Amino acid sequence: MIDIASGVAQMLLMLALAPLVTGLVRKIKARLTRRRGPPIIQPYRNLLRMFRKEAVLAENASWLFRSVPYLVFALTLVAASLVPTIVTDGPFAFAADFIAIIALLASARFFLALAGLDIGTSFGGIGSSREVMIASVAEPAMMMVIFSIALVAGSTNLSAIVAFMASHVEVEVSFGLALVGFVMVAIAENARIPIDNPATHLELTMVHEAMVLEYSGRHLALVEWAASLKLLLYLSLLACIFAPWGISTFGGGAQAAAVALAAYLGKLAFGGALLGFFEVSIAKMRVFRVPEFLGAALMLALLATLLRLIARSL
Amino acid sequence: MSTQLILLCIGAYFVLAPVGIVIERRAATVLVYAGSFIVAVIALATGASVLLGIRDESSFVLPVGLPWLGAHFRLDPLSAFFVAVLNLIAAAASLFAIGYGRHETEPSRVLPFYPVFLAGMNLVVLADDAFSFLVSWEFMSLASWALVVAHHRIQENVQAGYVYLLMAGFGALALLLAFGLLAGPDGSYAFSDIRNGERSQVLSSLILALVIVGTGSKAGLVPLHAWLPLAHPAAPSHVSALMSGAMTKVAVYAFVRIVFDLVGPIEWWWSMVVLALGGITSAMGVLYALMQHDLKRLLAYHTIENIGIIFIGLGLALAFRANGSSAAAALALTAALFHVLNHSLFKSLLFFGSGAVLVSTAERNMEHLGGLIHRMPYTAFCFLAGSAAISALPPLNGFVSEWLTFQAIFLSPGLPQWGLILLVPAVGALLALSAALAAACFVKAFGVTFLGRARTPAAIGAKETDGFSLAAMFALTAFCVLAGLFPGIVIDALAPVLRGLVGESAAVQALQSNFSIVPISGSRNTYSGFLIFVFVAVSTGLAALIVHALAGRKVRRSPPWDCGFPEPSTATQYTAASFAQPIRRVFGTIVFRARETVKMPPPGDTAPAYHEATLRDLAWDIFYVPIATFVQFASARLNHLQFLTIRRYLGLVFFALVFLLLVLAIWQ
Repeated sequence: MIDIASGVAQMLLMLALAPLVTGLVRKIKARLTRRRGPPIIQPYRNLLRMFRKEAVLAENASWLFRSVPYLVFALTLVAASLVPTIVTDGPFAFAADFIAIIALLASARFFLALAGLDIGTSFGGIGSSREVMIASVAEPAMMMVIFSIALVAGSTNLSAIVAFMASHVEVEVSFGLALVGFVMVAIAENARIPIDNPATHLELTMVHEAMVLEYSGRHLALVEWAASLKLLLYLSLLACIFAPWGISTFGGGAQAAAVALAAYLGKLAFGGALLGFFEVSIAKMRVFRVPEFLGAALMLALLATLLRLIARSL
Repeated sequence: MSTQLILLCIGAYFVLAPVGIVIERRAATVLVYAGSFIVAVIALATGASVLLGIRDESSFVLPVGLPWLGAHFRLDPLSAFFVAVLNLIAAAASLFAIGYGRHETEPSRVLPFYPVFLAGMNLVVLADDAFSFLVSWEFMSLASWALVVAHHRIQENVQAGYVYLLMAGFGALALLLAFGLLAGPDGSYAFSDIRNGERSQVLSSLILALVIVGTGSKAGLVPLHAWLPLAHPAAPSHVSALMSGAMTKVAVYAFVRIVFDLVGPIEWWWSMVVLALGGITSAMGVLYALMQHDLKRLLAYHTIENIGIIFIGLGLALAFRANGSSAAAALALTAALFHVLNHSLFKSLLFFGSGAVLVSTAERNMEHLGGLIHRMPYTAFCFLAGSAAISALPPLNGFVSEWLTFQAIFLSPGLPQWGLILLVPAVGALLALSAALAAACFVKAFGVTFLGRARTPAAIGAKETDGFSLAAMFALTAFCVLAGLFPGIVIDALAPVLRGLVGESAAVQALQSNFSIVPISGSRNTYSGFLIFVFVAVSTGLAALIVHALAGRKVRRSPPWDCGFPEPSTATQYTAASFAQPIRRVFGTIVFRARETVKMPPPGDTAPAYHEATLRDLAWDIFYVPIATFVQFASARLNHLQFLTIRRYLGLVFFALVFLLLVLAIWQ
């Protein structure tokens, strides 16, 4: 019973935090460009507004188009809930390792890309087509990042990785390379600048926002919530693998959990601020430069793996 | 008993063959396919019961074939696994064909060969001596060739059949030589003698090279794949499903049987060859598939990718076995064999789906389809499930075998050889690349065929396919889901196969809670497809319930938004070619020498503009064309030998004899 309760608590925490992180990033971007910007809680208001609006569907929308928002939302939520945030070795830590979590996100992307093709408009098509192209370069890079991390930690289980990273004090070059590779992939996966621009769907940035152009009302709300969850997921991954300080273990007591929660929130705020800063200081790149960007991430991760392998044998 | 039972099934297949010729066509279709279905189910049950330990493995000798040898047959766990997989697909294909076969224009060209083809495949995995193995192998090839050229009035199919026949002959020649070397100078052809034989490393290497060529050409390893995307789509769809889903697996069986069972110990660097071939095959196969707009050809190219994934697993198993880490070898081999089962399930399912589309619209070209999800909802559902499974998405079965392969890759740093340590991560990156590209490929295949707006009247007039075909598709969908949710059952069933081949089985999965699986016993890397499925299903259901309760479930239908400028012409949709364009740009310029040319009329001219994209399969340029040119050159040169006098012929025979005797004398 307590297992299920803690699982549900993690899910609710993720659901509640996701729009906040998105709002924070937007706020920081606005302040850095000398705008006042909407309040941090604006994404909640947006979600509420969209849930209240009527859902408009294209005449030829199929059952798949209508079910995809729910499915994508659920897949992203489950993936996000399996990342250790406050406690490691949670009751469901065995259900999915690092690879499975990334694969769950791939499932969500698969269905969203299909929904982009369902209405038969050129916007949806261009979005889906570019999304899968970006994914096809991002996933091998992500796999190599996982490989280099798993190689050091000796496991692909996230709790085991976190436990190892928390006890491992020395800094290694391969971690640094893996970190840079991971961040590059995360930027691409979350459709952030310089790969894509989450604030628009026109001209140069016709990827994620173009793909979901036909959604409205509650469907759009779910898709946007899922996008926020994905951003939160990557920030949480970053926090738990590369900055595992303060994280508690399951059953470690209320005080440790409170410290861990505070540390987690602090890490999220820091990560969100960095993302906002990064986004205002770089320009969007052409879509066919994206493979070079992600190719660099792949090479960094491969290099991290190689360095690690050589270090092992010395 | 079990071997005799399978042999009886094979006999029953042979009995069914002439039925298609003798009886009136409509009844014959039902009789042959329904009969094949029943026989396949019995064979499947027999194979599965041996695998699960309900029946014992057994062997049997028929007094046919070479007089001093007889025909040996044996059903050990490895054969039993492949018998089960083959006949599972055979049963599904037969069920599908009861409905699909009604639309066949020339049933008498398909019906007699269909059961014979099934019999041939079963005979190969049952054979226990080199002679019956090779005869069955050729039998299987010929029967499938007859099915490839069933629609012989289409010029393309005849060419495909010709290329297939050449490649099948070439592969069989390689296998013939390999068995010749295996049997040694004494000619001990029984597998039990071969297994006990001693051979040098050089000889083993030579055999391995021949086996890779022989089985790889049948399975579709790059660069021996060129015939496969021509021949597999040419056959009727249920036969395409069998060729892609089952016959390529027979080739995998042959590889496993010879390399893991018969040859004996192998040097470690051979695993590098297999790994590299597997990695290249998987990435190239899916890239080729992405560039196709013929639905069946896309599926056939995609088979090449999956064969690559299987060979990555086999290569890893070889590497681990050569270094004595049998637990890791068992894991890698489990991953490969699990993928054998998975690929046969979803690839057959997808071929059935393409067959249903073909019957309903008479179209294989995706650019002429679209919007079929509205007109063929059940087929669309099954095709979607197959697409998700083949794209290695959790919680379906394709993900499990790729996950196991990745877990085996993560064990590779423990290997002592630097070549392997450096190669395996690169192969892992290729595997991840091909998984991501597979998802792209099936977004394209499903999206362009079933989603969007209908592009032609044929697509508008499409109707849902018949009940038998749907039953077969839903059955395979169910198997895909079940194998994904409860992979532990499959992995545990593979245990006796692995004990026979690498001396150890993978971790026992039945001990795990919540149907999770573990790669190596005691490892913390676990995955539970069942739990993930429950989580996702519950979250989806709850999200839908809550959203509908609070926000209502009303929808308003309107014209598409499309940023304010919806274009009514269906030609403005994304096509298969335009969908793949970014990937073609990124990978294609090197891999396929993809070139794009735009012919733009000058301003003011109303002539249409043209955009042309050209691709080349480099395997043709590098391997096939030079070989074909050489053969033609040589045959032109040797042509005048056909017009000699009898005196000169006798002279040639004499000199050949002297030459051979000299060789023999020098040899000894």
